[in-house]
Amino acid sequence: MSLSLSLTINGAARDIPLDDPRVTLLDLLRERLALPGTKKGCDRGQCGACTVLIDGHRVNACLTLAATLDGAKITTIEGLADGESLHPVQSAFIEHDGFQCGYCTPGQIMSAVGLIAEGQAGDDPERIREGMSGNICRCSAYHGITLAVQDATRRMATAEKDDAA
Amino acid sequence: MKLFDFIQPATIDEALSAWRPGAAWLGGGTNLVDLMKTGAMQPDAVIDITRLPGLDRIETLPDGSTRIGALVRNATLAHDRDFAAAYPMVAEALLSGASGQLRNVATVAGNLLQKTRCPFFQEPAALCNRRDPGAGCDAMAAPGNSAILGWSDACIATNPSDFTVPLVALEAVAEVRGPQGMREIAVADLQPLPGSTPERDTALEPGELILALRLPARARSFAAHARYLKVRERTSFAFALASAAAALRIEGGLIAEARLALGAVAAKPWRLAEAEAMMTGKAPDAALFAEVAEAVLAMANSPDGQKWKIDLARNTAARALSMAAAGTPARIPALPASPFGTRIEDPQHV
Ligand SMILES: Cc1cc2nc3c(=O)[nH]c(=O)nc-3n(C[C@H](O)[C@H](O)[C@H](O)COP(=O)(O)OP(=O)(O)OC[C@H]3O[C@@H](n4cnc5c(N)ncnc54)[C@H](O)[C@@H]3O)c2cc1C
Ligand code: SF4
Ligand code: FES
Ligand code: FES
Repeated sequence: MSLSLSLTINGAARDIPLDDPRVTLLDLLRERLALPGTKKGCDRGQCGACTVLIDGHRVNACLTLAATLDGAKITTIEGLADGESLHPVQSAFIEHDGFQCGYCTPGQIMSAVGLIAEGQAGDDPERIREGMSGNICRCSAYHGITLAVQDATRRMATAEKDDAA
Repeated sequence: MKLFDFIQPATIDEALSAWRPGAAWLGGGTNLVDLMKTGAMQPDAVIDITRLPGLDRIETLPDGSTRIGALVRNATLAHDRDFAAAYPMVAEALLSGASGQLRNVATVAGNLLQKTRCPFFQEPAALCNRRDPGAGCDAMAAPGNSAILGWSDACIATNPSDFTVPLVALEAVAEVRGPQGMREIAVADLQPLPGSTPERDTALEPGELILALRLPARARSFAAHARYLKVRERTSFAFALASAAAALRIEGGLIAEARLALGAVAAKPWRLAEAEAMMTGKAPDAALFAEVAEAVLAMANSPDGQKWKIDLARNTAARALSMAAAGTPARIPALPASPFGTRIEDPQHV
């Protein structure tokens, strides 16, 4: 079997040959496209380390067959910063100690970006914790993660207001 | 993972004719791909149905019923304002299941047809009648979170879907198309009890495809008093130990009609018409709800003789009825379907 996929990855259009339908998006990114920022924890949808955005929605890359994605826009942790200037969620994770070892962090950050875009949690810490429950942190940095997501949500809302004004 | 042919049909007709024995439909893939990785499912062909047109709509039909296309994502349905207002306990059940990432991908049909989470089913090295008919059942020696109703000597597994529980209480139907044409199946009949053939875990015939789910217009009449309650080992991102969908139509202070379905207690959501009828014409009251819960669990027994799950299911049913009687909250709680409602103040670093 051989397929060819057209994907936009972190803003760049790419044609990717695929010789095996079993390849997940996670393995495609890490093993074939030299984008190892997205992490593999459980490989079964249980930890969130592999979270990326597909067409703006956060998903688990480990349970997504790459073959299904022709035409999709993928954003990974590598595509979040604008040159040297970090995405507000990335800055907030640093400021609020939203990690220790850092293994879960790319997934946490991508999940937070997705959650903020969904607009369901606002800056309510209980809704943020619930909304982030698909991302497990073995170091238990949850307190800092919640603060970071709350702070980033507020800052992004203010920035949006300023832009509109 | 075993190699398979990947097929991506563009129309429903193409999909139906692509089907052959040994093939599997691929929705969001969050259950199928997981089980293909463990080896519990080994399809020869995977037919990706996510490109089929017209199956991603939520529509209100002229008779007031709601039709949900099979490919509508769990998150899309739960966050649809009109849908959540009309069927709040369905939205609450959806939001209590899995994680934000999984709900963005999981389709409504895939959710209904997800396989049991019995750990021995998922692990090909274990003996499992459901996966391998006649092999035996390793769960019998270590029942854990097993069924307490409707199980058989062949299989004691439960159905893990939260979404299915309120759908059964509200008498939803599935629209199905297959080689023999169209038909409808009550969601309550979609998952057979195991009996001596646990491998038959769906009422769908081979090659049949769910196109949509329909909630009858009458189901809207419960919107003011409808809750889903789910008791888990942790507050979020865990399957149910016991759950209940409870809905009341209250008129002039009395219960005009009641619905109650329990989840995680059997191979399908458990609903008992006699127990629902006990509430008709009565005032909502904790003592009544305790009697009803007692009646629903009267036939329960667990494979290992343990009582904890029966007690838990009974308490969950009674409490869900009390929560429904108290009224549907204006907004789905921060912790959907949770018995815990404590609010913690803004977190701060000390
Ligand atoms: C870590 C984790 C935690 C979870 N927690 C919960 C939870 O708490 N509560 C809960 O309810 N669920 C939970 N789930 C399960 C999740 O909800 C299901 O995996 C999901 O709903 C399945 O939908 P899908 O579209 O991805 O299905 P798929 O994986 O694509 O399909 C599932 C099955 O349905 C069949 N199928 C799919 N669509 C159709 C169709 N239209 N017609 C006929 N057959 C079809 C497939 O062939 C397959 O057998 C969890 C899953 C994971 C991985
Ligand atoms: S309980 Fe059912 S699913 Fe689990 S091992 Fe036994 S037969 Fe298999
Ligand atoms: S690696 Fe995908 S959820 Fe754990
Ligand atoms: S920072 Fe170590 S796992 Fe989260």
